[in-house]
Amino acid sequence: MNPLLEVKDVSLSYHSLSGETAALSHISFELMPEEFLAVVGPSGCGKSTLLNLICGLLTAEQGTILMNGNPISGDSARIGYMLQKDHLLEWRSIYRNVLLGLEIRGELTKKNLSYVDHMLKLYELDKFRNQRPSQLSGGMRQRAALIRTLALKPDLLLLDEPFSALDYQTRLNVSDDIGKILKKQKKPAILVTHDISEAISMADRILILSHRPATVVKIIPIDLNMKDRTPLTSRNAPAFKSYFNLIWKELNQNA
Amino acid sequence: MHELSHAQKAYLARQKRDRRLVISARLLVFLIFLTQWEITARMGWIDSFIFSSPSMIFKTFWEMAKDQSLFVHIGATLKETLLSFFFVVILGLGISILLWGCPRLAKVLEPYLVVLNSLPKSALAPLLIVWLGARQRTIIVAGMSVAIFGSILNLYTGFGEISQEKLKLIRTLGGGKKEELLKIVLPSSVPLILANMKVNIGLCLVGVIIGEFIGARQGLGYLIIYGSQTFQQVRILIFCFSNSLFLCNSW
Repeated sequence: MNPLLEVKDVSLSYHSLSGETAALSHISFELMPEEFLAVVGPSGCGKSTLLNLICGLLTAEQGTILMNGNPISGDSARIGYMLQKDHLLEWRSIYRNVLLGLEIRGELTKKNLSYVDHMLKLYELDKFRNQRPSQLSGGMRQRAALIRTLALKPDLLLLDEPFSALDYQTRLNVSDDIGKILKKQKKPAILVTHDISEAISMADRILILSHRPATVVKIIPIDLNMKDRTPLTSRNAPAFKSYFNLIWKELNQNA
Repeated sequence: MHELSHAQKAYLARQKRDRRLVISARLLVFLIFLTQWEITARMGWIDSFIFSSPSMIFKTFWEMAKDQSLFVHIGATLKETLLSFFFVVILGLGISILLWGCPRLAKVLEPYLVVLNSLPKSALAPLLIVWLGARQRTIIVAGMSVAIFGSILNLYTGFGEISQEKLKLIRTLGGGKKEELLKIVLPSSVPLILANMKVNIGLCLVGVIIGEFIGARQGLGYLIIYGSQTFQQVRILIFCFSNSLFLCNSW
């Protein structure tokens, strides 16, 4: 099977008047179709920068990023991006928030609208479609943000610490919800997080980044030996603890 | 509707009573002010030629209302104020959007805007009369000159404070500058734009009055100057009052 995404020897520095800061240094990895990859690393190591590169908001100074064998370009690639906060717009109803991406791309077709309707029903937001974002709980808001992203039918989903603004209980539930949704939709995803447990509970493989400038320390495949694992049930797997310790050690050695 | 609890009812009643108290106290202050003014003028404690009196003001007001000259002047000022307000809103919004769209242009122009904004506009009015002639157009420009630069600076600064993350969201959904403007910047600036308009209507009125002081044959500003030159303090006071009433209305 060919990889969906190939990141080859990518480096990037940030420039300011006071000097140059190397953010990423010679990063290489691949992502297979339907795979869920988690990226962990010390805070400020350049995890978000990596996502910005993959979705074309930034351009690498060195190296290439290929999607289905073609170079990434800003607008053509179907890449969904979920940010730390849901950024639902308060002056729009939930329904109009969810349609934002389709509206921007001029793709408010009947087919797409019925797909959105289907997802709203499936993920229990249908009743709230005419409400304002502030009337919804944190978890519901994050689900709405996910539907907004999925409405564009992205080939790849980038998740930039999408649960970090939620309280612990909501966070577990929402990550479980979103993990299941992505599994069901067979969407490949890259999750950036600083939470090791979250990474193990959701990912098929974990990529560990070092301190700035970030380099790939190790890529660890996660095999919890479970049938129909979900992010919540994964946390009970016998192997969970040993993966945690392994990643903890790697992070500490390189931090 | 569910039944309100006793405590809630009591709370609402208390609030209502408070509101009534404030309104009647306000009216009372006004009445006391008028009464003592009238009394002191009639008793000769103050010179009614210089300080006028409420009854004289009312009489003049009534006469001017009867021969309709008052409405002509109010109408002229109203028209000029609204026109300059309209142009300030359109130009202010247009230029601040342009500056937001071209950060380089904004950087170049910012110091000039600050200087223009801090210029004493009342000093500008005589120049405008000389440059543009003593006609209504000049007065409208005078009205605009007071509000426009502050308006641009205020809106432009507000646009710049919009969360970068929200703009990033638009870009991740495939949008560009135009979508950032239409989906995020303008809708989230509605309160700012409205607040800005509230301030501007008052500033435009001030500018129009200043313009009318110097080069007009109509309008409240003209009447104030006319009154002061003919030593009709009564008139000046009337127009100061009607100015402030006019302002209250526009709020």
